[in-house]
Amino acid sequence: MTALDTAFTASGVLAVLGGLFAVTTRHVVHAALWLVVALLGVAGSLLVLGAELVALVLVLVYVGAVVVLVLFALMLTRAPIGPDVAHAAGRWRATGAGLLGLATAGLLATALVPLADGTVERADVTTTQVAGQLFGTWVWPFELLSLLLLAALVGALAVARGDRAVDGATAP
Amino acid sequence: MIHLVGPYLLAAALVGLGVAGIALRRNAVLLLVGVELVLSGGLVLLVATQAAGADRWAAGSVLPLFTITIAAAEVVVALAVVLAVFRQRGSIDLDRRSEPEDAP
Repeated sequence: MTALDTAFTASGVLAVLGGLFAVTTRHVVHAALWLVVALLGVAGSLLVLGAELVALVLVLVYVGAVVVLVLFALMLTRAPIGPDVAHAAGRWRATGAGLLGLATAGLLATALVPLADGTVERADVTTTQVAGQLFGTWVWPFELLSLLLLAALVGALAVARGDRAVDGATAP
Repeated sequence: MIHLVGPYLLAAALVGLGVAGIALRRNAVLLLVGVELVLSGGLVLLVATQAAGADRWAAGSVLPLFTITIAAAEVVVALAVVLAVFRQRGSIDLDRRSEPEDAP
């Protein structure tokens, strides 16, 4: 077991524990904050795997933007301060969800683990190479993504704003 | 030197946790937490292929960037829909049926 394996195990355990608490906690705000822990663990493991740029973008976009959005949405939908008893899942549902998750994880693990053929030398892909490929080979998907982001922005604005004009017209 | 079993097991565990969260949660906002966990499992798998030296065109770094961007767009639209539903029905419980008077 090399130093890289040890570092990967540490951040992987952090990610799995964070994910476990994010899924099972009853406090809604705690769930979003445990998601931060899980994503930081994932970012650490990506760092160990040698993808610094992806790890930094993950922290910037997920922890910086997505979790803040989720927290805002929780506040806007009147999340309770204490445990969320209104949306508590029953025992059968919790058992079923746990079994489903275990089955999915087991299926993926049995499919993937035989593919791991021993210890490999970590390939180093520098950020310069990533940038060159991103604006060379992948430039058209990249441009398409900007259109997707624009469409998502405008669509989210239109959906969240609602049809106030119709409401105003029908209101007495 | 790194062993590939670690990334594969981590990806499987994250996807399993995410699926369990999607099945468990009744709060529509917290459903997205499970979706994020599934997507991060996919990220780990993509980057693991790069670390194994099995990718061309730096796909192991570029495709995760694309995935993160698409996930951010998805979360924005999903939260907008959740807010619109909350404004209309006053609840974000995924189990609750809509009342007949809600129907147009």
